[in-house]
Amino acid sequence: MSTDLDAIVGKPWKKPSFIKNPALRWGLVILAVVYFYFAFTTIDVNWARIYRGLDRGWQFILGFANPDFTSRWSDIYAGFMESVVMTVASTVAGIAISIPIALGAARNIAPLPVYMVCRFIVSISRALNEIIVAIILVKIFGFGPLAGFLTLSFATIGFLSKLLAEEIESMNMVAPEAIQSTGSSWAQWINFGVQPQVMPRLIGLSMYRLDINFRESAVLGLVGAGGIGATLNTAFDRYEFDSVAAILLIIIVTVMSLEYLSGVIRERIK
Amino acid sequence: MPMIEKNGQKIWQVRDRKAQFIRWAMWFFGTVAFLMAWKVISDGTEWYYVQTAPQAANDIITRAWPPKWGYINKLWGPIWDTVNIATIGTIVSLMLAVPIAFMAARNTTPSMLFVRPLALLVIVASRSVNSLIWALLLVSIVGPGVLAGVVAISIRSIGFCAKLLYEAIEEINETQVEAITATGARPWQVMVYGIVPQIMPSFAGIAVFRWDINIRESTVLGLVGAGGIGLQLNSSLNILSWSQVSLILMVILFAVVISEWVSAKVRGAII
Amino acid sequence: MLELKQLTKTYKTGDQALKAVDLTMPAGQVLALIGPSGAGKSTLIRCVNQLVRPTSGQVFLAGDEVTGLKGNALRRVRRRMGMIFQEYALVERLTVMENVLSGRLGYVGFWRSLFRKFPQKDVDEAYRLLDRVGLLHMADKRADELSGGQRQRVGIARALIQDPALLLVDEPTASLDPKTSRQIMRLIVELCKERGLAAIINIHDVALAQMFVERVVGLKMGAMVFDGGPDDLVPDVLTEVYGEEDWEATIEKVDDDDDADGDA
Repeated sequence: MSTDLDAIVGKPWKKPSFIKNPALRWGLVILAVVYFYFAFTTIDVNWARIYRGLDRGWQFILGFANPDFTSRWSDIYAGFMESVVMTVASTVAGIAISIPIALGAARNIAPLPVYMVCRFIVSISRALNEIIVAIILVKIFGFGPLAGFLTLSFATIGFLSKLLAEEIESMNMVAPEAIQSTGSSWAQWINFGVQPQVMPRLIGLSMYRLDINFRESAVLGLVGAGGIGATLNTAFDRYEFDSVAAILLIIIVTVMSLEYLSGVIRERIK
Repeated sequence: MPMIEKNGQKIWQVRDRKAQFIRWAMWFFGTVAFLMAWKVISDGTEWYYVQTAPQAANDIITRAWPPKWGYINKLWGPIWDTVNIATIGTIVSLMLAVPIAFMAARNTTPSMLFVRPLALLVIVASRSVNSLIWALLLVSIVGPGVLAGVVAISIRSIGFCAKLLYEAIEEINETQVEAITATGARPWQVMVYGIVPQIMPSFAGIAVFRWDINIRESTVLGLVGAGGIGLQLNSSLNILSWSQVSLILMVILFAVVISEWVSAKVRGAII
Repeated sequence: MLELKQLTKTYKTGDQALKAVDLTMPAGQVLALIGPSGAGKSTLIRCVNQLVRPTSGQVFLAGDEVTGLKGNALRRVRRRMGMIFQEYALVERLTVMENVLSGRLGYVGFWRSLFRKFPQKDVDEAYRLLDRVGLLHMADKRADELSGGQRQRVGIARALIQDPALLLVDEPTASLDPKTSRQIMRLIVELCKERGLAAIINIHDVALAQMFVERVVGLKMGAMVFDGGPDDLVPDVLTEVYGEEDWEATIEKVDDDDDADGDA
């Protein structure tokens, strides 16, 4: 293809559009404008209510300047410990169950029927929001940390199995084949051929999930599934914003230190 | 290579004694921690209630099936609200996340000592707190409704988007930026020509990814009064109308599947 | 035209990249800067346009001091110095045309550049330059669709559209195959002649330098150890610059078997 210089000099230049077809491009623009018009108009803003609420917002900010750890300390402590316990137990249980499911959900090592079953479990776990699972489990098992523990374990399975299965599917198959050619049993094959390759990723993901589980455990209390969320909910109901600030600060500091810890561990196992 | 002497013979081992001990200790403490945690959970549980769990589950299932199909007509409005909360919330959060990400990235921050730590603090605070808690707070400030949901989703998403975005900014190719600087471009022009094109794919990916997550999160915000289909879920749960609950759960599952499909399509088209 | 006085750069790590370099270049001179890796070649040309701030010493461009300039004054000086990079340094997700026009950023306001509303004069010049480097038909392709040689041609067009008085060229051929390397070098030198530009070309390939330039400067450990014509580069000099090596074999003249209109 040759382009003639004289033919285009003097003509304006425009950047080629991202979407080449002009009808499609303008169609999408109009669609977006119409959508946003209707979307924004359905948000009813009650300015009087917001004006009244600003005072509370201000108290909330003041609460951060002067958080109150002491007056509800026993509740906060109990809730926090319950959250930690649920986090640890559910992460351990979740990992233990995730590993076989991840092996089953990896197409390159699992037979098709097993693969389908495991993928189905993973999809169900990922599609259901933790809070909804917690509500149902609270109805079944009663109030308390057991429902929270089961919820977080269930959510961990979906998360870990999916990412671990993807890691297994993308691993280098040469080493496992070499192990297989030595006449190893299936368990030996997994142990020597697969495990060494996916171990760093498994540890990294587990640390990340520990972090997520702690954050989630802080809300499960809202629906009665144990943890610091219940304390938080009470504090909100009574408009005790200085206690709310104290609880949120505890959550933020814990998450920060977990993140730091997982960073250190991931750095070391690399 | 680690060896031990046994009956005068050298026996090869995978790990030497110290490494073996550390491994063993880690397993031991892990098991102890789990058992202690389990003890606390067990103490906090009313086991006689748990014994009735099979009946309870059976009861719920029989009452939940078949779903009350006619109820769907009351759900169209809440579904529309849910989608709007997620979409507008994502857009608002992206608008706020972009400047924060530029302040947090090592190579673009105006000040390493002051601005960067502040931006990182905003990111951590936003990420650590679940959107439901933000919604709880906002409901008490701006009152129940869609607005509280939009703001809660926005605040929660800032940290997520800004974190991924600033990591993308830190990974850009610096010589491309250098080349634009060398032409005598203004700092803002260097940004628009040297940095923005490089992070565009990540930006689009993050936006769609977060929108997908926000659809899921906005379905439950109604539980604390922040609008969307969660409001109907909450009231159905309160009146123990399990046939309505099952229909709502099916709608939510459907929405999640659709949003995942849309986000996969859009990501495929952009990248 | 360009004058370096006692130019010194010491990095924070304590590495002395440049040790009091003095250099004077008349207008229109094409100069090759040779030396082993780490000799300070890249630092030297980055000190000229202040991408790297020298620790001490001065740089003068056409009599104006460059060192110490900030903000708008620095931008105005940078406009007069076009830079060409080793890894092309094109913004890969922008089109060829946008990459070329980005050379005009020093002249165009922020909002015009944001909405890609460049003056018609600049657009025409971009077309002419793309035609000159043989890439006019690629104008609306994205830069990452191009081959290495093509990208370097776009890089050259971007530097030239600045309408510079001086070209700073950093290892233009290090990422290219031998034949494309020669085409690119020839193109740069021809364009300098056409437009009467001075150029400093960092290059590690001595034979290539000898083929095209009129003056060679050797750097070693940040200090100037050679300054002369290409024919003065005898094996003894190269040993001084690079260390011991069988130079007779290396500087044998390369066959000039390709044509400048090759499509690489």
